[in-house]
Amino acid sequence: MNAEEIATDDSVVTDMADAVPATTGQDRGFVAEDIVFDASDLSVYYGDFRAVRDVNMLIQRKEITALIGPSGCGKSTVLRSFNRMNDLIPTARVEGNLLYRGVDLYDPRVDPVEVRRRIGMVFQKPNPFPKSIYDNVAYGPRVAGRKKGLDDVVESSLKKAALWDEVKDRLQESAIGMSGGQQQRLSIARAIASDPEVLLMDEPCSALDPIATARIEELMAELKDEYTILIVTHNMQQAARVSDRTAFFSVEVDETSDRRTGLLVEYTTTEKLFSNPDDERTENYITGRFG
Amino acid sequence: MGLSTIGDNQVARRVEDEIFRSGRDLRGTGFRTLMFGALAVSVFILAVLIVQVVVDGWPTLTGRFGDFWSGTLRSRSSDEGLGISQGLKGSIWIAAFVALFSFPIGVSAAIYLEEYAPRNWLTNTIDIAIRNLAGVPSVVYGLLGLFLFVKTLNGGQSALFAGGLTLAILVLPIIVITSAEAIRAVPSSLKQGAYGVGATQWDVIRTQVLPFAAPGILTGTLLSLSRAVGEAAPLILVGAITGRLAARDSSLIDQLGERFTAMPIVIVGWVRNSGADEGFGPAAGAAIVVLLALVIAMNSVAVLLRGYFEKKRG
Repeated sequence: MNAEEIATDDSVVTDMADAVPATTGQDRGFVAEDIVFDASDLSVYYGDFRAVRDVNMLIQRKEITALIGPSGCGKSTVLRSFNRMNDLIPTARVEGNLLYRGVDLYDPRVDPVEVRRRIGMVFQKPNPFPKSIYDNVAYGPRVAGRKKGLDDVVESSLKKAALWDEVKDRLQESAIGMSGGQQQRLSIARAIASDPEVLLMDEPCSALDPIATARIEELMAELKDEYTILIVTHNMQQAARVSDRTAFFSVEVDETSDRRTGLLVEYTTTEKLFSNPDDERTENYITGRFG
Repeated sequence: MGLSTIGDNQVARRVEDEIFRSGRDLRGTGFRTLMFGALAVSVFILAVLIVQVVVDGWPTLTGRFGDFWSGTLRSRSSDEGLGISQGLKGSIWIAAFVALFSFPIGVSAAIYLEEYAPRNWLTNTIDIAIRNLAGVPSVVYGLLGLFLFVKTLNGGQSALFAGGLTLAILVLPIIVITSAEAIRAVPSSLKQGAYGVGATQWDVIRTQVLPFAAPGILTGTLLSLSRAVGEAAPLILVGAITGRLAARDSSLIDQLGERFTAMPIVIVGWVRNSGADEGFGPAAGAAIVVLLALVIAMNSVAVLLRGYFEKKRG
């Protein structure tokens, strides 16, 4: 099934939206046809250990959704379950439901490789491949079997990632020599080149200086016209600056076993979450009293 | 300089007392000397060894190198036709066996172990077993080769293929271990980045893991190649000989089934004979120099290839 078919299949989308238990603020401004992800009672385990529990979230198309919270709250784990990157950890498993455009992402018939082509990922540390700039960007299309028109894909991806002007004269040079900020924009261009619908960004600016960070944030605002973006960030100001909705995750510590499980505390529009949160824990976190 | 000049007040003198060098770091210096001594001893022993064989072999190497290179095994050292051609041929064959069998099998096994196999008691046991196999004395491999290839496969007749396969098996664990280490050293960020844009596992292995691990894999393989070329003990067991070799002009395939010898065996034979016939001493020295040059050449190729691939991966 392809995305267009699912998107036009109203009955599926409506059913799915109805089935979701309402969490705080979830109903604000969601359009059923434009829901990309629908997580209900999603828990992620590493072996016996439950890292995150009971996440209920809807993700709206062409919005930036930020996942914030203290270390160990499972926000990266949740992000990685959205394109099945957790599959690469042998002990990781998911419980609950995660629908991508009405399709269960963890259905055994789903090919995780296809999922990752549609739902690209940008990592915390810039990770350029030890190849030329061109080959880095062309990597995704190439492994997908594309051989023609790579020049155009590379150019348009680099332009969308606001990197073209800086690198157009040295496309065949190694990507390793670029600055950290350039490398991260290259990672974004590489993700875009596979023509995804969604971009998952796992703390994309945490290894960058403030100027490079500002460029990435500008870039995200531009990319929003075309892509749905989920971003995990440690930086609350960043979430407040760039995102439309924000999910606040927190940790609960089991006293007897000393194990920490993450949970979604509050999920609403960024404006409301930072100005008038419903939950006391959110307020404590954003005002700096905790975390 | 601003408000102060050097050492002009009491504060400065007190700070001088504190931060100026006060005597030598005796223990550090002692340790350093010890380490240097250890290095010097190993280099010295090696140098003596090399000088010794070069001096021994010098007359042969300079006087009649062409004849020595193309000559064959003879019963008397004064014989004009004495030389190493049969030994060289055997050693090249052995290197070919290692390259053709051990390299593909060893690297494939390493890829499977590191990238595909689940981590459980079975793979852990296999891992430990391979490590132990790498430490098994080479004579034991000789016994294995004697039983498996000579007795079982070839009716008790010694043959070149038996020697080649025995040494191929001998270095297989080393190739698996070094390749696995090189594969394990591939940064997970590279693999994740590839998976993150929709690469399959095979894509990741082909485009990220193997190119990154190539220098390590090649170095390991070439080093084990030189190890195989230098081994004598297992070849003695599988029946490498120092005389009565077949005529020199048989075809490549026929050679595989014929009796054979190799450089280390030639050297052992000549050294043994040098008691009764002193002329074999210089011949052995010259053969050792040739073998050393061969091994050094292979190791240099390993270093060059490593440099090339490391540069390529950036």
